[in-house]
Amino acid sequence: MTSLPQSTNKKLGLVIDLDTCVGCHACVVNCKEWNTSGYGAPLSDLDAYGAEPSGSWLNRIHTFEITPDDAPASIVHFPKSCLHCDDAPCVTVCPTGASYKRSEDGIVLVEEDRCIGCGLCAWSCPYGAREMDPVENVMKKCTLCVDRIYNENLPEVDRVPACVRTCPAEARHFGDLGDPDSDVSKLVAERGGYDLMPEQGTSPVNKYLPPRPKTHGTADIVFTPKEPPLNAKGFLGWLDAALERL
Amino acid sequence: MPRDSLDGLMRHWKGSDMHPAVSVIFFTVSSGAGFGFLTLIGLGVPLPSGFLAAFIASALGVGLAVAGLLSSTFHLGHPERALLAFTQWRSSWLSREGVCAVATLSIYGIYALIWMFTGERIVWLGALVSIGAVATVFTTAMIYTQLKTVPQWNSWMTPACYLLFSFASGILLAASFGEWVAFGAYPIASIVLSLTIVAWTMKLFWWQNANRNTLQARGSDTGTATGLGHIGKVKLFERPHSGENYLTREMVHKIGRKHALKLRVIALFLGALVPVIICLILVGLSPSPILFGLAFCSFMAGLFVERWLFFAEAEHAVSLYYD
Repeated sequence: MTSLPQSTNKKLGLVIDLDTCVGCHACVVNCKEWNTSGYGAPLSDLDAYGAEPSGSWLNRIHTFEITPDDAPASIVHFPKSCLHCDDAPCVTVCPTGASYKRSEDGIVLVEEDRCIGCGLCAWSCPYGAREMDPVENVMKKCTLCVDRIYNENLPEVDRVPACVRTCPAEARHFGDLGDPDSDVSKLVAERGGYDLMPEQGTSPVNKYLPPRPKTHGTADIVFTPKEPPLNAKGFLGWLDAALERL
Repeated sequence: MPRDSLDGLMRHWKGSDMHPAVSVIFFTVSSGAGFGFLTLIGLGVPLPSGFLAAFIASALGVGLAVAGLLSSTFHLGHPERALLAFTQWRSSWLSREGVCAVATLSIYGIYALIWMFTGERIVWLGALVSIGAVATVFTTAMIYTQLKTVPQWNSWMTPACYLLFSFASGILLAASFGEWVAFGAYPIASIVLSLTIVAWTMKLFWWQNANRNTLQARGSDTGTATGLGHIGKVKLFERPHSGENYLTREMVHKIGRKHALKLRVIALFLGALVPVIICLILVGLSPSPILFGLAFCSFMAGLFVERWLFFAEAEHAVSLYYD
């Protein structure tokens, strides 16, 4: 049923730290690697080694340049995947019931056998979180690695989404954002985590942590190498003085 | 006439639009005309009597509606699962549209059979057909109207335009049957004339609203999309991928709006001016079904251009991550 649940027991999601993300795309690659062989149809690529490669991916890293009024520009790498919104428009627009949000943990999923590939859910998502698979013609999206996080065949340390597990900068955090005492909720509170495009009214679960304020040098502090004092004594002192007089 | 309906577009919008898919354009125009004609048949618009006339009228109305609906299935990834689309009518406008269309066509099937074989057009059954046909066109429009991600569509004016265009194409088609000859040209020509003018006036307001009702006007920009706007001016430095992807092809399309202004003029010329001139000529002269048929064809051609622009001029929120 494509109505949204009244509330969810948990709000599983990601917290992404824009201060520490280095834009290495390791999360993107590990996401593709895990999800092409896991839940649902494979994530296909067209012309993968040709001139115009194109394919379905569940996680993408954009890079933005931010120019403050009074400081030099800085670069922010910006990972983007499904935000598992509380008011997910992609769920209610679905005509077949393929798109749904789980009441137990809030994960938004697609039942691919019911998907007719109309694409309306992708149109309804402001974040570009859904991509139609070019070979299977069904809608693909982040599953929050639902086949990892509850998977008791994996060592406990691996029971997190593939993107979180692989991030070398520890810029990605996974947990229950519905529980105010969880590590991720504390992190959000501490660092001022925020929603993307709140004006769209989607109430995303995933949160982003802003880059920490930069320290900028001011123009009147000039650093110059310090001259060592010349106070040589003895022969060298005489030589120095003699040469100075020449 | 709204002053900035025909220009100002390129100034306000950043440069990406929805991909105009031919199957969806044909679907909305053709089924709009078909259900518009069924609405008028249901309301008892004068049409020739006899089996053949009833058959031809029904075939035209149902044919246009079904051709449009079939065309819409061409853009599906899995049309063989289309029956599932009738299940989510409680929450989904697309599902409601499917349910309304099939229900209306089924009721019309009964109405048409009785009409063909007994010559009688049952009033209450016709009323049901009309209600169903209006609901179908309304739900079609709501598929687009509901999308907050596309501000130009997200307005009550969208269903208003879809409904008025549907009625106007329906009345033009009905006029082409020439049954109202007994009443003279004046009544039908003036009805067609006023509906055409009302519909395109609504569209002018829609265009004016679309020029103003942009993502930016709604407070969305790259700053809110990334949440980094408070630090400074945010601009894309590097895309996540070197080639295109599904999102950029569908929602960050670049060429559709290139000739938007010229296309608006062409749409108005074919869709409004030609039918209006024909009606004005007919008011003064004897009624001519053939000329009304011509007016209908021109009106439909204008609608195809208008519907192309409906997509080509719409910007999607996801473009904020790509522009």
